Amino acid sequence: MAENILSLNNIRKSFGTLDVLKDISISVDQGEVVSIIGSSGSGKSTLLRCATFLETIDSGEILYLGQKAAETKNGKAEYARDLKQFRSCFGLVFQNFNLFPHYSVMKNLMDAPVSVMKRSPAEVREEAVRLLKKMGLESKANAYPCQLSGGQQQRVAIARALVMNPKILFFDEPTSALDPELTGEVLKVIKELAEEKMTMVIVTHEMAFARAVSDRVIFMDGGVIVEQGHPEMVLGNPSEERTRQFLRNYQRG
Amino acid sequence: MTFQTMIIQLATCFLTTLSIFSLTLLGAVPLGLAVYFGQKSRIPPIRWLIKIYISIMRGTPLMLQMMVVFYGPNLLLGISVPKNWRFLAVIIAFIINYAAYFAEIYRSGIESIPVGQYEAAEVLGYSKGKTFFKIILPQMVKRVIPPMTNEVITLVKDTSLASVIGTVEMFTKAKQIAVAPRSPGMVTFAMAGLFYYVFNYLVAFLMNRLEKAFDYYKI
Repeated sequence: MAENILSLNNIRKSFGTLDVLKDISISVDQGEVVSIIGSSGSGKSTLLRCATFLETIDSGEILYLGQKAAETKNGKAEYARDLKQFRSCFGLVFQNFNLFPHYSVMKNLMDAPVSVMKRSPAEVREEAVRLLKKMGLESKANAYPCQLSGGQQQRVAIARALVMNPKILFFDEPTSALDPELTGEVLKVIKELAEEKMTMVIVTHEMAFARAVSDRVIFMDGGVIVEQGHPEMVLGNPSEERTRQFLRNYQRG
Repeated sequence: MTFQTMIIQLATCFLTTLSIFSLTLLGAVPLGLAVYFGQKSRIPPIRWLIKIYISIMRGTPLMLQMMVVFYGPNLLLGISVPKNWRFLAVIIAFIINYAAYFAEIYRSGIESIPVGQYEAAEVLGYSKGKTFFKIILPQMVKRVIPPMTNEVITLVKDTSLASVIGTVEMFTKAKQIAVAPRSPGMVTFAMAGLFYYVFNYLVAFLMNRLEKAFDYYKI
């Protein structure tokens, strides 16, 4: 049986009176590629932000590799005292890349492993060069983010996440800020990672991509999981009316 | 008094102007950062105190503040002040006044940095301190150079306010020379103005160079 990488159990999250996540549970195993689809406001991005500790959950459990990062005691979520070890389990690729503009591409990749993880610069550099090559950006090592196209910036962001050797990689709408012309190069990289059995959770609006790359598709609406399963099933022959409605609107739009 | 004597006397006193200028920058640039941190403190009374301090520094004339710092300790508190208190009072008043303005400039620079920078750093495991000093501060510096240039140029001219408590910097000297018998009169003020202008031209030039040095990246 594949190792469990991430378990989100009974996650609840509200902003004021607005319940964004209503008792959501998701489990992701080693090597699995999970796509989360749904309309804006469905809670899919919030779920990713909760899993990466950018938002705190109100109640529920977050486990990485079977270890509790957050649990609920007396109805209130409590986080582990040292989240650092959990943060090293995952990487997150943002919609807006969020590269550090004052650092060169190489420094963007190297700074966290060297200054945070205290890894040897020589070893990190070697890995960074390898990853840049894989992203087709070996000639851009000394460029600054402002000199790159959106697609190139996003590939640097993916490399920056990968150089930390995460067990799981989260993508928050990785192509939503890109020109249609540039989405392809980013999706191609993610597809390659999927072929290498990188464990990934991808929030996306690219239905064809989700269908091609995922082992499982989750459709969220109104803070709950409406339907999940094999991509052909959820996207090809959904059993829930809400899913069918979403896909219809999507195709029309 | 010959023209040449007048220039030499102005130039000598310009050294005092220069030291007020440079000591103020030396003190106010880092103090402004401390004031910014105080504004963001988790302890409410510290935040209130900083708020009141900034409000007073911005809301009252620097000239008046200088008089309070100079006369206050002795007249209000009965403390006997050191011999060089006149100059110290000028420096203290300038530093605390400019630190308040700098803190606000820093704040605007820091708050204009997208929240995504903090989030990216957090996910990559940077501590709060590392995030600030490695990711936020360098970008803040680039953003605040234009407003800081304004403030630094104002500071050069503000040094003349020190004359209110009798510090003999260049402007005070110019006034003394101008009213002295057989002096070059109004020409003295013109020359003092030229000193300020040339120095500020240099300041603007250097700040522009600094701004250009940060052109290698865009935010």
